[in-house]
Amino acid sequence: MVKTPIYLDYSATTPVDPRVAEQMIPYLTEKFGNPASRSHEFGWDAEKAVEEAREQVAALVNADPKEIVWTSGATESNNLAIKGAAHFYQGKGKHIVTVMTEHKAVLDTVRHLESEGFEATYLKPEPNGLVDIDQFTAALRPDTIVVSVMLVNNEIGVVQDIAAMGEICRARGIIFHVDAAQATGKVAIDLSKLKVDLMSFSAHKTYGPKGIGALYVRRKPRVRLEAQMHGGGHERGMRSGTLATHQIVGMGEAFRIAREEMAAENEHVRALRDRLYAGLSQIEEVHVNGDMENRVPHNLNISFSFVEGESLIMAIRDLAVSSGSACTSASLEPSYVLRALGRSDELAHSSIRFTIGRFTTEAEIDYAIDLVKAKIGRLRELSPLWDMFKEGIDLSTVKWAAH
Amino acid sequence: MSYSTKVLDHYENPRNVGTFGSEDEGVATGMVGAPACGDVMKLQIKVNKDGVIEDAKFKTYGCGSAIASSSLVTEWVKGKTLDEALSIKNTQIAEELALPPVKIHCSVLAEDAIKAAVADYKAKHGAMVETAACKG
Repeated sequence: MVKTPIYLDYSATTPVDPRVAEQMIPYLTEKFGNPASRSHEFGWDAEKAVEEAREQVAALVNADPKEIVWTSGATESNNLAIKGAAHFYQGKGKHIVTVMTEHKAVLDTVRHLESEGFEATYLKPEPNGLVDIDQFTAALRPDTIVVSVMLVNNEIGVVQDIAAMGEICRARGIIFHVDAAQATGKVAIDLSKLKVDLMSFSAHKTYGPKGIGALYVRRKPRVRLEAQMHGGGHERGMRSGTLATHQIVGMGEAFRIAREEMAAENEHVRALRDRLYAGLSQIEEVHVNGDMENRVPHNLNISFSFVEGESLIMAIRDLAVSSGSACTSASLEPSYVLRALGRSDELAHSSIRFTIGRFTTEAEIDYAIDLVKAKIGRLRELSPLWDMFKEGIDLSTVKWAAH
Repeated sequence: MSYSTKVLDHYENPRNVGTFGSEDEGVATGMVGAPACGDVMKLQIKVNKDGVIEDAKFKTYGCGSAIASSSLVTEWVKGKTLDEALSIKNTQIAEELALPPVKIHCSVLAEDAIKAAVADYKAKHGAMVETAACKG
């Protein structure tokens, strides 16, 4: 018998791995020093721990530790990268390119820059969620200074071709930022090869603690940023504020584990994801959202026609899953990511994101399949749209009274 | 989203789910809402010779509050005349189910469903049609 609720929302956040928590605890109690204290052993110990963690984070993405700047999380990293680069390079131009399916931390940051007088282009992805490279190239202008594209989409899990985009940006001298919050531990990242200038990371999507992240800032060729947080000049002036040693140690350990166990873990989650997909595919009228080839192994985003999303979430309360993204679950708006793919509103409304992780078991997946099958059946019994579909009525031809 | 116990009860045990047979007499149907808005309600009433609603059935595509609102309405309209049914207000539905502000539109839709079903009945039986299907 499985214990409910079953957590299938690993892209919202992950539990801190017990090995990570164990490493963090001493830095809250006995090794509490300020890493910026240069005059005593408490400070030296903390600084040593911070620098070891910096090496571990850099190692996962094959970067130089000096290129890693600590932040409070991927949202701050995205803000620092995009605003910092846009402000620093605005003398060269004021045009920014991003994608409609980016995380709100990128979209709202770019919107803010628009209010400051920058111009922005929001690329529409293909129906499978991937950005077309020709369309991408066509959007670049002589005055484009910053491009921001996420490596892995948080809702549909598709992996963008950042290698190709990086080459194109580098050739034109455009700063290329990549939000990799959802990618670490899922996709191999080699920053010695990728032409990426700035990359955002989060700890809590990769079994580390919340409240800590990092920004990769390339040194060769050197990328300059205008600081967004001013103060004591920490992190080479790019991000002031006392370093949260325990959080940083946690992120370091989490990324060390990710590097060592990524291959085995991806096999584990892929097998479970494929099992879930096979089970749910037995239900009539289900649609996968996003490309299945270029996709992280732990994500399944699926729409159930003729069933409304919120009532589905309510029906499957035993499963902790997301409808759309966690950030929009509180509102009645259908997912903007799925709308950008051209999904109809009702399919966008009835989408469920299942994200599997390190601690998911086969028994939990089997329970989830049985539950979803039963509840979809029940909700369709209640659905007038299902009746109409079964009678052969094409719902797109019905004239609905909008309200 | 947290739901009241009454919403949960109607959602778990919806009353009067179904569709009347096409040969049943005195049946009228009101269908309101749109899939794009996230809710569609189909309310059917069966009216006897005295103009009293003797039975009602529903099917709803929508959130838990929409399902509960339409389930509740099928209970409330039974035994009422058409005019009495038309006097049911969305505020009464919202109050009974303790709907939060973001779910008030579900009760509005349920009221509209009653109006649409009554209008359908009157149209089929030659009376004046007074109400539009959906607004607000």
